[in-house]
Amino acid sequence: MSPLSLVILFVIATIVGYKVISAVPSLLHTPLMSGTNALSGITVLGALAVTAMAQTMGNSAIGRLLGAIAIVLAMINVVGGFLVTDRMLRMFKK
Amino acid sequence: MSWNETIFLGLGLADIIGLICVIGTVWGIKMMSSPATAVSGNLLGAASMAGAIIVTLVSNDIVGIDVVWVAMAVGAALGCFMAVKIAMIEMPQMVALLNGFGGGSSAIVSLMTLVATMWTTGMVALGGFEKVTAVLGLIVGGVTFSGSLIAAGKLSGKVNQRPIILEKQSVVNNLALIVTLILGISAVVSDGAAMVMNAVLVLIGSLVYGVLFTIKVGGADMPITVSLLNSFSGVAASISGFAIGNPLLIAIGAVVGASGLILTQIMCRAMNRTLGQVLSGRTTVLHPAKSQEAVADSTESRKCTQPDGTVEPVLLATEKAAPMEEPEYIRLTRSAKRVIVVPGYGMALAQAQGDVKALMDLLEAGGAEVRVAVHPVAGRMPGHMNVLLAEVDVPYDKLCEMDEINCEFAETDLVIVVGANDVINPAANTAEGTPIYGMPILNAHEAEHVIIFNYDTKPGYAGVDNPLYEPDDKVTLLLGDAAKTVREFMTALGTTV
Repeated sequence: MSPLSLVILFVIATIVGYKVISAVPSLLHTPLMSGTNALSGITVLGALAVTAMAQTMGNSAIGRLLGAIAIVLAMINVVGGFLVTDRMLRMFKK
Repeated sequence: MSWNETIFLGLGLADIIGLICVIGTVWGIKMMSSPATAVSGNLLGAASMAGAIIVTLVSNDIVGIDVVWVAMAVGAALGCFMAVKIAMIEMPQMVALLNGFGGGSSAIVSLMTLVATMWTTGMVALGGFEKVTAVLGLIVGGVTFSGSLIAAGKLSGKVNQRPIILEKQSVVNNLALIVTLILGISAVVSDGAAMVMNAVLVLIGSLVYGVLFTIKVGGADMPITVSLLNSFSGVAASISGFAIGNPLLIAIGAVVGASGLILTQIMCRAMNRTLGQVLSGRTTVLHPAKSQEAVADSTESRKCTQPDGTVEPVLLATEKAAPMEEPEYIRLTRSAKRVIVVPGYGMALAQAQGDVKALMDLLEAGGAEVRVAVHPVAGRMPGHMNVLLAEVDVPYDKLCEMDEINCEFAETDLVIVVGANDVINPAANTAEGTPIYGMPILNAHEAEHVIIFNYDTKPGYAGVDNPLYEPDDKVTLLLGDAAKTVREFMTALGTTV
């Protein structure tokens, strides 16, 4: 995709995100925060891509190490984030 | 069929699955706006993320690389372990910590994009757009990482929770930011070894800036800072998505960025301050302001009109807790028909939520209508009180938001405050020049009687004296560890029924 279309994508996603989240009541702000926090671990996609690049295009040890650290950090963010959010949300009972 | 082959409107199969994942993510967040659908919303988000990971693995042809799998397994195991082990009370620092990990990962991705030419052979040099976004991702990711770690440290009490303000702090901060940005620009215009050097310096600069920027925020403003850092981590992911040209990363990162931003805005509004004030550390003033005269006028400023326009006479309790006889507040509690509980961070500290729930049950068994008023910034993260009370099975329809319940304090027989201070401080209405001036509060002082379970009568985080703590017939202060005092209070109620 061209840089321009990526920027357009960014703007649209920002607006959609802003609209959707305006509707969440403060009752659920903590789970919402930890849920979106888990989503910010989406950066694992980037970590996967750059690690693969380091592995296949130069087989550099430091590249693999850095990439592995990035993947570990992002996966903790994703898995930990979704699990604690789930734990919290299951506590809300009527 | 190849994953990247165009099959529809110029999109490949990977793009289409990616798009579905983005829609699933947004839909999942949308479902989190109601407690009834929130659990499935979260699962949908997780499933979309899993889908996005699989698409990336397959379409980038990296399924066969073992280091990727090992790293994913290690990260997932650590994440599982943390999520299962963490206590609900530690949730604010957990969110901050996880957030820092996300930011750190984005910083590494950006760094690796920048320096990839060092170890990859036959790779085309980065274009200007990729370079600029990679440097930006490095800065935002680095600030998110170190800032979140400091925030987590402060929230867990490992780092001094008071704002730490160095001499000429704002000058130092701005200088650190400017130096980092200049280094960033030189990284963009340089090449080869010089660029790698610059990129590493940019990373160091942004880590330093993250520390400087978080360390001066006081405890009460931490929820806002964590929420802002949450937004940053989304932005960092999104920007690193630009650097490596991954639309999925851009879109989901942007959604997270926007969500953090709006939460930050909501909280700033609830505290009546601007983001700039929070970030500059100006709001948490260290010299306590006196506000004796406050309570007298405070009922004027934020009054809700009663339906019939009358003001109920304040019941005057004539005696203060005489040790042998039944204290007046016990009698008042037993006869109260309408009760509102106001929890604060002190309840979390004392782990008193279970006792509060038991007290609510006891009062309800006595025929009273009991509800809980939750201030938007009570606790150390948005919605913190709701989570703690949900943990002890307080039904969420009893948890009322400030706007919805504030008019009803005047018609309430009894308000029970557990570990809350600044959020009920009437000085917020009157004591001009203090950090909480203008912050909307819960109008606990309008009720007929207020029982306050607090550790002591020291001012709250904002450092402003609470006029409710002055000797008054309308207010009963029960000082000490809230879990203990609430239990003693229940015993007193129980034995004399």
